[in-house]
Parts: sequence; C-alpha cells; structure tokens
Amino acid sequence: MSLYLLCMVLFAIGLYCLLVKKNLVKKIIGLVITEYAINLFFILLGYRTGGEAPILSKDVVVTNFVDPLPQALILTSIVIGLGIMALMVAIAMRIYEKYKTFDINEIRRLKG
Amino acid sequence: MIELHVILILMIFAAVVAMEIEDLLSSIIALGAVGIGLTLEFLLLRAPDLAITQLVVEMLSLIILIRATVSVGTHYKKIKTHLGYFIFAVIFVAVFLWFSYQAIRQLPPFGSPIMKMGSQYLAEGVKKTGATNMVSAIILDFRGYDTLGEVTILFASVIGVLAVLRKTGKKS
Amino acid sequence: MREAGMSLIVKRITKITVSLIFLFGVYIVLHGHLTPGGGFAGGVIIALSFIHLVLAFGKEVALKRLSESAVSIIESLGGLMFWGIALLGLTAGAYLLNTLPKGQPFDLFSSGIIILCNIAIFLKVGAGLFSIFIAMAILRIPEVDNKENR
Repeated sequence: MSLYLLCMVLFAIGLYCLLVKKNLVKKIIGLVITEYAINLFFILLGYRTGGEAPILSKDVVVTNFVDPLPQALILTSIVIGLGIMALMVAIAMRIYEKYKTFDINEIRRLKG
Repeated sequence: MIELHVILILMIFAAVVAMEIEDLLSSIIALGAVGIGLTLEFLLLRAPDLAITQLVVEMLSLIILIRATVSVGTHYKKIKTHLGYFIFAVIFVAVFLWFSYQAIRQLPPFGSPIMKMGSQYLAEGVKKTGATNMVSAIILDFRGYDTLGEVTILFASVIGVLAVLRKTGKKS
Repeated sequence: MREAGMSLIVKRITKITVSLIFLFGVYIVLHGHLTPGGGFAGGVIIALSFIHLVLAFGKEVALKRLSESAVSIIESLGGLMFWGIALLGLTAGAYLLNTLPKGQPFDLFSSGIIILCNIAIFLKVGAGLFSIFIAMAILRIPEVDNKENR
C-alpha cells in the first residue's frame, strides 16, 4: 500500500517538472520520469508474495507464479516510450537550430 | 519487502536531483540513475524480460539525449518563473495526490492479485503454444495483435524522425 | 583538422567487442521462447553494437559497412515478414493463428510461429533504431562547430 503511494509521488514529481520548468530538455526529462512511474505501478499490481518468474523449466516443478499478463503489456510500453522520446528529441534539435535557444519564453516571442 | 521501499526512495531522490539541478548534463545522468533503479526493481519483482529490455532501452535513451544537448552547450541561465505558475502547479499536484490516495485504498492488498486470465494462460500455455517462456507466448501468440500495433508505432516514429531531420544543416 | 573517432586504445578494444555484442544479441533473439529476452531486447542490443562502431570509429567507417539504403530495406523487410506471417494464419483459420508444427517443449525449434515472429521483430527494431541514430549524427548544427563561440 505504501509502495503504491511512493509510486504516485514519483509520478507527481515528473508531472511537476513538466508543468513548471521552462527549458525544453527539462520538460522531456519530466515526461520520461512520469512514464517510468506508471510502468512500475503496473508491475507492482501483478506481484504475488513468494512467487517465481513465469518461465517453466525442465526439472523443477513450481506452482506459485507471478502474474504474466501485466508483464506482457508493459514490455510493449517500454519500447513505445523509447520511440516517443526519440521523436521529442528530434523536434527539440530542430527548434534549437531555428531559434538558437531552448527557453520557451524566447521561442514564444520570436515567431517565424 | 524492505528493499523495494529503499530502492524506490532512492529513485525519488534521484528524480528530484534531475529536476532541480541547473547543468543539463548532470540532470541527464541523474535520469540514468532513475532508470537503473527501475531495472533493479523489475529484477526484485520477478520480471527478467522487463529488466533486460529496460536496461538496454535506458542506455539508448541516454545516448540520444546526450547527443541532443551536449553538442549545443550545457550552460543555461536561470529563468525566473512567475509565482502564479508555481502556486497553480503545487495545488494541481496536491489535488492529484489526494484523489489517487482515495483510489488506491480500493485496490487488493500488495502481494495477492486477482489472476483471472493469468492463471488460465499459465495452466494451458505450454500445451497450446509449445513455448516455455510465458511472457513471449502471451505477446506473440495470445495477444499478437497488440504486437502488430506496436511494430506500427515504431515504424511511424522512425518515419517521423527521418522526416523532421530531413534537410541536413550546413554541410561542412 | 580533427580526426574522426576516439583514441587508439578504444579502437583496438572495439574491434573485439563489437562481434561479441552482436553474437549476444542474436542469441537472445533466437532463444526468445525458452529464456527471458525476445525480439525487442535483442533488436535494441544489435542497434547498440552498430552505434558502438559509429562512436569509436566515426560514421564513415560504419556507413561503409552498412549503408543507409541497406538499413531501410532491412527494416521494411522485417515489417513485411511479420505481416506475411499474420496473413499465413488467415489461410488456415483465423488471423495470426499459430499454424506451423510445434515440436517437443524445451527444443530450439518448438513453438511454431513464435521464433519467426521474433526474427521479424528483431530486424525491424534493430534497423529502425540504427537509422534514427544515424539521422541524428548526420545533422550538423552550424553554431556548434566553431569553437570561438563559447
């Protein structure tokens, strides 16, 4: 229970960084922290106390497994997060090349 | 499960460092520390597939972020934020934390999940697919349509990056 | 003029470690249905081995080994292979049905369709991530390269 709350605190730190900071790279870092917190929350939901990893082996018979379904969904989500971050960084590099700064107040002022 | 709490508190500390420090290179390295802590958490929660994938994806993200920022200079002058933004953000985050506490109270306690579909996948996975790694059997056989969607998203992101960075800058 | 790449020690060690990282990535992909791993982790490891080559030697050496048009052809081949396997299931019942014969469990060639799907995903993810990195390394930001602007 306290683990879930600490996860939500990590999500809130990422959200605060996304809202308040004025540098584009800091906003990207905030979004990545948010995404890590949500991935951790899903895997915490599927853990069973005393369970083993969901991989069968030849000579050891195990009866107590953790839930494999959240793990399959989050595996997809980790790779999608990489694709999102690559596109954000490419756009940030283009903005720097055009406006010569990462500060969003300056970018809002010089248009075109 | 005291080690899960300890690593999570270290991750929160590293996230606060990544947020507040002024030098861009240092904050990217602190983000790397958060990612490695997440890999350790996945190992302790018995998910080895995810730990391998998170570790290599973290390395690639750090390389891409450092490529974008170190070459443009990491010094950055401190920018003043208005007080209004700050108060609005704090109130928003506090309301979000209160609502999430009310929602978390309804979940089943930690360590005893309701495995309605998971137990069926584990019981007949080997007979129906022939694979012994259950997570691979789920993502490629039982839920293969989701993997097709994810391959499409990666393809769209690669096309997007190549289209944004199309005209190369001043060639030397 | 600055020569491309890093110092001599890094170049010597890179010649040894690049092939080892490539072999490890191929091992993780092929045993995706027996041990943890699978197509996504193996594809990222292969892309990292090519990026290691670019970082140590400069991009001309790496592009001579694997040119940009070859990378985009490999990525499209991976996507088409995955889609072709899905349509193959259509001929035998449902879309994405597991139709090829399944051998004994714990063998390398058991589990029908899963190993072919892992190979398709590995080609697509590895080639895609490498082309993202090459696009970012080629773009030159004009203010950076003259040193008197700091």
